[in-house]
Amino acid sequence: MYRETQIVSDVSKVPLEGGEGTFTINVGPQHPATHGVLHLVITLNGETIINIEPHLGYIHRSIEKMCESLTYRQFIYVTSRMDYLSAHINNHACALCVEKGMQIEVPARAQVIRVLMDELTRIASHELWWGAMAMDVGAFTPFFHAFRERETINDIMEETCGARLTMNYMVPGGVMHDIHPNFQKRVKDFLQLYKSKIHEYDELVTGNIIFQNRMKGVGVLSAEDVISYGCTGPVARGSGVSCDIRKLYPYEIYDKLEFDEVLETAGDSFARYLVRLKEMNQSIRIVEQLIDNIPEGDFQAKTKAVLKLPKGEFYTRVETARGELGVYIVSEGGTTPYRIKFRSPGFSNLSILNHMVKGAKIGDLIAAMGTLDLVIPDIDR
Amino acid sequence: MFLVDYIKDVFGAIKSLATGMKRTGYYFTHHKEIITQQYPDNRDTLNLPERFKGEVVMPHDEHNEHRCTGCTACELACPNGTIKVITKFDITPDGKKKKAIDKLVYHLELCTMCNLCVEACPSDAIKMAQTFEHSVFDRSQLTKVLNKPGSKIMEGVE
Ligand code: SF4
Ligand code: SF4
Repeated sequence: MYRETQIVSDVSKVPLEGGEGTFTINVGPQHPATHGVLHLVITLNGETIINIEPHLGYIHRSIEKMCESLTYRQFIYVTSRMDYLSAHINNHACALCVEKGMQIEVPARAQVIRVLMDELTRIASHELWWGAMAMDVGAFTPFFHAFRERETINDIMEETCGARLTMNYMVPGGVMHDIHPNFQKRVKDFLQLYKSKIHEYDELVTGNIIFQNRMKGVGVLSAEDVISYGCTGPVARGSGVSCDIRKLYPYEIYDKLEFDEVLETAGDSFARYLVRLKEMNQSIRIVEQLIDNIPEGDFQAKTKAVLKLPKGEFYTRVETARGELGVYIVSEGGTTPYRIKFRSPGFSNLSILNHMVKGAKIGDLIAAMGTLDLVIPDIDR
Repeated sequence: MFLVDYIKDVFGAIKSLATGMKRTGYYFTHHKEIITQQYPDNRDTLNLPERFKGEVVMPHDEHNEHRCTGCTACELACPNGTIKVITKFDITPDGKKKKAIDKLVYHLELCTMCNLCVEACPSDAIKMAQTFEHSVFDRSQLTKVLNKPGSKIMEGVE
């Protein structure tokens, strides 16, 4: 339930939940550790966290409402601005939903290109998370190592899609352009670079004893917690809950691909860290399977100039780098949606924060929050 | 037993730190593998891919002619109201009225580089340019007219 913020009033008059000796501090909304404009109101007793209350709304752009005034071709680009690190996968979810409503058959070539791009996006997103995660616990160098590989992916995206982050490459019925002639070669170069560098990740961070001590046994989530808060993605899989949409409800060609759903059972920060690292390797596996097998054919299905979804409700879900993204469209039969709802993974993953770090020390808060991989514009649309 | 574990921990810690420092040392001695770009000093050699979406432009040929028919498809396709097509009526040599473009006003500050207008244009009159340094001192400079003054439509484009 929304409650008026307590921060502005005189602190001495605020009824503190922890009673005598507790105090409140604000982290954010402008704080490097919160990865965006997230505002945490933290009640502390000494160094121990008693309560955390996230305040949202600093980057609310009412994307759902905006989408209601855009046509089915136009609204897709807006969703790049939700979870900008998996912009491509967001666009994919919207395109899938429109295709489901219109019953458009997507050509095989377009499906393969879409999946390739999705997996490259996932790797890029996890790379950035890895660098930011190491920075959250105080290691600065890994950030640049991660950006080296990520930059290679961004260059590939730039060449084929025309932009580095907000690509808008998906259109209902396929993809906007065919892949660039250099695409396959550059992806192979990337695979080679990745394989020659991935051991550095373990040497620099994973094996480091300081890092392990800060991650192991911190922020433990049980499978019940994860399910009851509705967490998805690596956060849930770190606690042993199988929830990969690509496996459970395959879309596009995922049912024909060979890859494993990564599961860890410890449920602590380190487990979530390992899940993401291993997921990158699985994405590499998918890219390797597809890169030489892009079928010939059209990259876009023939669609009408004006798309009109039939009257009804449509729901699709995809697995983004952060978890399950659902797109729900209610159509009245016109050219614009009557209502759009996005079920974003970040919001549920943030909700568990209070439960996760209650009773822990404030020094662990940032490290544990880093493993949730929050992207604030995704939480606060 | 506690002492043994303690000493093991200490040596494990030193080993893991040494592994990490070895990596750092490697890059310290291998300058060639450093990949940062010296922007803006490398402006002249900077190569952007031809699909890069920097801003919408309207190409003109050497006779100052463009391909835009004034059909307003781009205006309808744009999700942000970035493009405004102002049309006029030309009198063709055989005395008929013909719709033509007067001004294609483009608000760069509203554009999200989504490429939908370029996709929508039936006569390939507009395209994306690779410029990306868009900062100006005054906001009014961001409103541009894409067709050059005195330009007219190419022969044969309908
Ligand atoms: S690129 Fe997109 S936002 Fe910009 S003018 Fe074209 S349609 Fe409008
Ligand atoms: S630029 Fe293209 S779509 Fe826009 S008015 Fe001219 S011809 Fe039509």
